Amino acid sequence: MAYSDKVLDHYNNPRNVGSMDKNDPNVGTGIVGAPECGDVMKLQIKVDDKGRIVDAKFKTFGCGSAIASSSLATEWVKGKTLDEALAIRNTEIVKELALPPVKIHCSVLAEDAIRTAIIDLKTKRGEAVPNLGEGGGHATSERAMETLRGQMATATVQKN
Amino acid sequence: MSVKLPIYLDHNATTPMDPRVFEAMKPYFLEFFGNSASRNHSFGWEAEKGVDKAREQVAKLINADPKEIIWTSGATEGNNLAIKGVAEMYREKGKHYITQTTEHKAVIDPFKRLQRDGCEVTWLSPDKSGRVNVDEFKAAVRPDTVLASIMYANNEIGTIQPIREIGAFCKEKGVLLHTDATQAVGKIPVDVEADHIDLLSFTAHKLYGPKGVGALYVRRKNPRVRLTPIFDGGGHERGFRSGTLNVPGIVGTGEACEIAGKEMAEETKRLKGLRDRLHKGITDQIDYVTLNGHPDYRLPHVVNLSFAYVEGESMLMAINDIAVSSGSACTSASLEPSYVLKALGVTEDLAHSSIRFGLGRFNTQEEIDYTVAKMVKSITRLREMSPLYEMALEGIDPSKVEWNASSGEHH
Repeated sequence: MAYSDKVLDHYNNPRNVGSMDKNDPNVGTGIVGAPECGDVMKLQIKVDDKGRIVDAKFKTFGCGSAIASSSLATEWVKGKTLDEALAIRNTEIVKELALPPVKIHCSVLAEDAIRTAIIDLKTKRGEAVPNLGEGGGHATSERAMETLRGQMATATVQKN
Repeated sequence: MSVKLPIYLDHNATTPMDPRVFEAMKPYFLEFFGNSASRNHSFGWEAEKGVDKAREQVAKLINADPKEIIWTSGATEGNNLAIKGVAEMYREKGKHYITQTTEHKAVIDPFKRLQRDGCEVTWLSPDKSGRVNVDEFKAAVRPDTVLASIMYANNEIGTIQPIREIGAFCKEKGVLLHTDATQAVGKIPVDVEADHIDLLSFTAHKLYGPKGVGALYVRRKNPRVRLTPIFDGGGHERGFRSGTLNVPGIVGTGEACEIAGKEMAEETKRLKGLRDRLHKGITDQIDYVTLNGHPDYRLPHVVNLSFAYVEGESMLMAINDIAVSSGSACTSASLEPSYVLKALGVTEDLAHSSIRFGLGRFNTQEEIDYTVAKMVKSITRLREMSPLYEMALEGIDPSKVEWNASSGEHH
């Protein structure tokens, strides 16, 4: 498959790979996708006291386009407010990376990952969770998130 | 390291021609161009001489009589002719057939056609290593079973089937045995007498011969196997396969078989050494790697590995200077992973992240060492950015997590 130069660049030099402390009250974590579908994205954002995104990290299991989409997403959310980040649409990612039709789902996942991270952060801080009716077709991996939270807590306990 | 890139490690797909084969074929394009069916001039005689010699070379490799070799366009044709030709010819005997789920499509689809035409087919499932269970096979045989078709060795995982045991049982029960030996002929010893094989198909391009030519072995005695031809016409090849013979291709097939037979022992030893070096080199440095296929009953040049927690397509992208095959069909816009790996019980994600390394005659140790280094570097890098690997390191098994698959749906 012929990838665009931008996809190749993000794939070869991914931006912001890494993880932040999930338990940090200023960190929101979004995990979307499923291994059997070939894509899992974890996107984390960190906000300052004013609610502006100061840092973003990702880890992605997926094809080159999925890696590029999430890498680009971390670049784009940095410096934005949560509302501005929520306004990022997958179509913008498709355009920027020149994704072919069979890879559009990668951009959808990246958009989902941003939203899920923001919801996680807002939930943590007791803030109102935005109504995401518009993107209703793309459920996030909320169940996976919950399972994970539970398992991670268990895993932490076991380690101690 | 001075390795010429890209490196070809996809010898189960096809092999480069051996230059010796090419040399043997050359005169048959321009000089001995005759039609081997032309009986009344030297052009025809020369061509026929080449074909006869090739028939002997092929027959010798599989311990058959030269008269039992039918030239075809390749293994797909051989499989089709064997299965459909027997079905049509033996319609009176019964309409039950036995095969397995991990056969090549060129065997599966002819049987599906028989099913549509009213035949009954028993589809055996192999064990986790890809081997068919002989007891299950025996239990499947019925008085009206006409033909069983079990491949000699699998193209994706290299697992070798217990053909000899199956053949002996088929003989005892009067069931014809066909084997698609495309991956086995010229790689491991194949003996149609000792293995009790009645029909065997293979193609030349998997053993350093030309593409578009192959052979079907059809037993002539004990029992004498009959076939209804698919191609009607001039009655070539004992009437089983009409059509002017591809003389240069046939000469090349013969030469390829002769070379394979002579060099098999030495080549097997060398390729097995390289293959195990590749396997060990990777698993010594990377964790969560599993072997697909049987550890021992396996072709000497094949190793199929699954790399957990990395996705197949991005993995292939990372090693784009190494030509291999993957168990993932992602790049073809279909999400279905390899049906062979699925039949072994390999989970979809591991099937997607599998790579088949198929070594061949011209691979060098330097190429294998380059491949090991490249694999280790690429897998390590991809795992550094894999959320699943991170979970695994934290002690969470990603396969136990309840994922919401709908968000990852491909559109």
